[in-house]
Amino acid sequence: MNAEPRILRTQAEETLALEFAAARTQLPGSPAIAAAREAAFAAFQKLGLPHRRTEPWRYTDLRALLRTVPPLAIGTSGDDVVVADLLPGLDRARLVVVDGAFRPELSDLSGLDGVTIRPLVDLLRDGDTRVGQQIAPLNDAVVSLNSALMVGGVAIDVPADARIARAIEIAHVTSSAVASHVRNLVTIGADASVRILETHLGPAGSAYQANIVTEATAGDRAKVIWAKLQSEGDAAVHLGTLAVSIATETQFDHLTLMTGAAISRAQTFVTYTGENARAGLFGATMIRGKQHADIALGVDHAVPNGASRELFKAVMDGRAEGVFQGRIVVRPDAQKTDGRMMTQGLLLSEDASFFVKPELEIFADDVQCAHGATSGEIDEDILFYLLSRGIPRAEAETLLVTAFLAEAIEGLGDEAIGDAFEEIARNWLATRGQEAA
Amino acid sequence: MPAIQETVDQVRQIDVDQYKYGFVTDIESERAPKGLSEDIVRFISAKKNEPEWMLEWRLDAYRRWLTMTEPAWSRVQYPKIDFDDLYYYSAPKSTSGPKSLDEVDPELLAMYEKLGIPLREREILAGVEGASDRRVAVDAVFDSVSVVTTFKEELKKAGVIFCAISEAIREYPEIVKKYLGSVVPVTDNFYATLNSAVFSDGSFVYIPEGVRCPMELSTYFRINERNTGQFERTLIIAEKGAYVSYLEGCTAPMRDENQLHAAVVELVALEDAEIKYSTVQNWYPGDKDGKGGIYNFVTKRGDCRGDRSKISWTQVETGSAITWKYPSCILRGDDSQGEFYSIAVSNGYQQVDSGTKMLHLGKNTKSRIISKGIAAGRSDNTYRGLVSAHRKASGARNFTNCDSLLIGDKCGAHTVPYIESKNASAVFEHEATTSKIADDQLFYCLQRGLSSEEAVALIVNGFVKDVIQQLPMEFAVEAQKLISISLEGSVG
Amino acid sequence: MLEIKNLHASIDGKEILRGVDLVVPTGEVHAIMGPNGSGKSTLSYVLAGRDGYDVTDGEIIFDGQNIVETPAEERAAAGVFLAFQYPLEIPGVATMTFLKAALNAQRKARGEDELTTPDFMRRVKAASEKLNVTQEMLRRPLNVGFSGGEKKRNEILQMALLEPKLAILDETDSGLDIDALRIVSEGVNALRSPDRSMLVITHYQRLLDHIVPDKVHVMSAGRIVRTGGPELALELEAKGYADYAGEPA
Repeated sequence: MNAEPRILRTQAEETLALEFAAARTQLPGSPAIAAAREAAFAAFQKLGLPHRRTEPWRYTDLRALLRTVPPLAIGTSGDDVVVADLLPGLDRARLVVVDGAFRPELSDLSGLDGVTIRPLVDLLRDGDTRVGQQIAPLNDAVVSLNSALMVGGVAIDVPADARIARAIEIAHVTSSAVASHVRNLVTIGADASVRILETHLGPAGSAYQANIVTEATAGDRAKVIWAKLQSEGDAAVHLGTLAVSIATETQFDHLTLMTGAAISRAQTFVTYTGENARAGLFGATMIRGKQHADIALGVDHAVPNGASRELFKAVMDGRAEGVFQGRIVVRPDAQKTDGRMMTQGLLLSEDASFFVKPELEIFADDVQCAHGATSGEIDEDILFYLLSRGIPRAEAETLLVTAFLAEAIEGLGDEAIGDAFEEIARNWLATRGQEAA
Repeated sequence: MPAIQETVDQVRQIDVDQYKYGFVTDIESERAPKGLSEDIVRFISAKKNEPEWMLEWRLDAYRRWLTMTEPAWSRVQYPKIDFDDLYYYSAPKSTSGPKSLDEVDPELLAMYEKLGIPLREREILAGVEGASDRRVAVDAVFDSVSVVTTFKEELKKAGVIFCAISEAIREYPEIVKKYLGSVVPVTDNFYATLNSAVFSDGSFVYIPEGVRCPMELSTYFRINERNTGQFERTLIIAEKGAYVSYLEGCTAPMRDENQLHAAVVELVALEDAEIKYSTVQNWYPGDKDGKGGIYNFVTKRGDCRGDRSKISWTQVETGSAITWKYPSCILRGDDSQGEFYSIAVSNGYQQVDSGTKMLHLGKNTKSRIISKGIAAGRSDNTYRGLVSAHRKASGARNFTNCDSLLIGDKCGAHTVPYIESKNASAVFEHEATTSKIADDQLFYCLQRGLSSEEAVALIVNGFVKDVIQQLPMEFAVEAQKLISISLEGSVG
Repeated sequence: MLEIKNLHASIDGKEILRGVDLVVPTGEVHAIMGPNGSGKSTLSYVLAGRDGYDVTDGEIIFDGQNIVETPAEERAAAGVFLAFQYPLEIPGVATMTFLKAALNAQRKARGEDELTTPDFMRRVKAASEKLNVTQEMLRRPLNVGFSGGEKKRNEILQMALLEPKLAILDETDSGLDIDALRIVSEGVNALRSPDRSMLVITHYQRLLDHIVPDKVHVMSAGRIVRTGGPELALELEAKGYADYAGEPA
């Protein structure tokens, strides 16, 4: 007895091993980075693709979902790419990353005085030790895979005391059916204030795979607004990770809007390294057809007097599967932590599913932590109330669903971004029922 | 409030280890040789005079168990158990099977008296006011065997079968064959499979159609022998429209080494039937340094097989070094209901990983989960629960509330709920909080003249009240005392 | 009854009380008024013995004993009662249960017999009727879901049952409408007795229209800075605390 069942590698895992072997010498970076790539790939091989028994990935079984892996994107590709504007009317600077390569000629860097922007490959070449620092404690196969195969991305440095009024968009574009591994590094100095916007898009019908890892640090008293829009092509796989550490009195507000991709997972890991920091973490998922979208959250209260607020809303139509996994950890010394997490799912169709695992892990006694979760359909009583006032059913439903999502979107506390995201939500609802079966 | 005062007084009389059931009874016993093998399985089966089919069932389980690995997903830590270093069968020598009370070893009767479990029917009748509604029939299980079952005759008149499971296997093989392993399959999990191979005794209850069991049924489990694993098996069947309330209590002596307890409980409720199952688990928790104590690895599951059936689990968990149990409900019948009310108290070095699963399969099924975890000392207390709605479970409803209370800054309280809905009309609500007894709440009580111990007892009693109310009255009082005793010394 | 001498107290190293001197003779009702942040509530907590307040100097002589080192519950048993500005909620514990637990704990500490249930019920009934506290309220969990007025009435009910020698009323009027204020005040006045002293802490004069004090003290920056008769309250009402606000906080 007690024999470990032998785990066979899947076809996707085999392909990745071959690809890494073939690409290892072409991948950018100093010898130290090359060594780190080897270690990361070994770590990936040890873990394998996450599967049902990989607890943090319980509901997103990549081993089963990723049947094949498209070719790696290395070097410049997508020359003729046209970058769509998903957020018309929202003023922002724009850094365009195509298949992992930073493309200054497609970007708009105006209004970013004082901010340093470099292609990540420069940092890899210099062996910048900040690369890999924030993700080091994560034992996550997808992040390890990214560390092994990352080809580029951007590095943004916001100096101390800078007040950047214009939002900075990192537009991640995939041009064709490739696998791109993107790494970004965002460093925000003390007392700085900045708004970051992460967008993700690619061609419809193309089975590309985007694995984006962003490492960020926010200094003391920094004020950060960070919004992510995942609007990948309908056949894509999106695996996005943000690992951020926040310091003394940092205010960090984050919103993820998930609406694209066939299979997507957005993971956000927030670590408190200084006292009296506050994080607001919000999410809105809108999916339909056979889409699968997973938002995973790890909040690590490592020091006392931290506060976190989480509100996640998911709307599932068609046969879609929405997932939320949240974990708040309060470490033994993190007294006076105040953590509150709420997750709500709205199922618009008989065949939709919602899976939630909101977890609290608490080792300090002087804390106030709570979480709640609900799942259900549109409240018939409220719907009837609207119908009785003469509002047509479709309109009434749109009204209620928009209101449902708005609470999370507005939690971010940024009116301009909030308005733009709500517009996306309204558009999504307007096309309800029109999607291909 | 007399209950609190009484509790505090009682606590003061108890020594550091606080565990009042920690005595060993000097009973000559007969044991199987140490270790586990097919021969041991055959030995147990032979001791019980089991029919061939039962032996085969056990051997199948044993062979399956050999291929399985211990689960590692729960938040409990313990040194590897050497399954070959345990005794799998131990019986008091003087009782080779259930007998009438007169033949039971006086030492044993004295022990149950000391535990406060009345086995003498006459005493019960004489001792309690309004005896006709207050009687409780008891099946007493000592190490591996059922030593006595009270009120059997009277229950028989009502058509109720209440006996040791070993007796049921011989006397009612058709019923046992039909239901044993039908809720917890032989291969369900490592410990359930082990139990299926080596279970030695336990209780069997059968309530025929339309019968409301005339009294509470109760099983009292006692581990006495050193190095003995206790593997009891309980099977309760409520036929159409039947009702039964069943109570379970457990204690063990203080031992330096850890003892294994791996029980399986299966409940089957047919149409319109209701089963209420209450547990006060007070196995020896180990001493103040975390030495000794029971490993309580239990599989409990109820199957609401018939429409409109109802199964309700209530548990007060204060004992054991490690508790790993998830009394669950399979809500198969339409309009069936499942309930789980739990209080889990951990102190010292205790580890609790407990919760429930509510599997909504039928239409308009309802479930309710109220869990109150209290962690003190250096303990870890985890609630782990699953609520799921199957595609066809239209109109399913769940309400879950799990609250944790931390006393002291060396303990941990964890909440791991899984919520899975595959039906739009299923409405699930989950809420959880973690907090400590607020300083100002405590001060308010002190200002009114309560001592800090009394204040904590009062606040904790308030915290767990929703669950205590679910227990039968005799158990409720006992449970309240037990909780206060378990928390003794937790406020510094 | 109560004699406070040069009382200094601080929280987290920050000095709040900076030499309070105050004498409340047996049977008298004294009011302490003062601007926000003057240390009034701190004084009430220090008198009741709340943890977290360091008495760095001075004495609190209650009934002839210095109680500075005495734990809160022993002070309560000795007869110190604090009516809280914000009474605490204890979920799951019926108000009645709490009253009985407190009363019997104090009786026991004083070496008296516990009350029998009928005896206890009689007392609660008598006291609760006067304060317009219903049986239904007594069955509800302590202060949970109570309105502001209900909470304050409940505090006075406890005071009536516990029969303290010294009652400290901390901002008892806050959050009360005029009817609730009248009921509470009548309850307090009914408890005035030659054997009982009271210390009424309030920001506003209006409470003192209902509970007329023998003396009024003005507290500012952690000290008693002025003492007078009931007319002092009226003067403060007219002129405000501006004269007392200038001192360093």
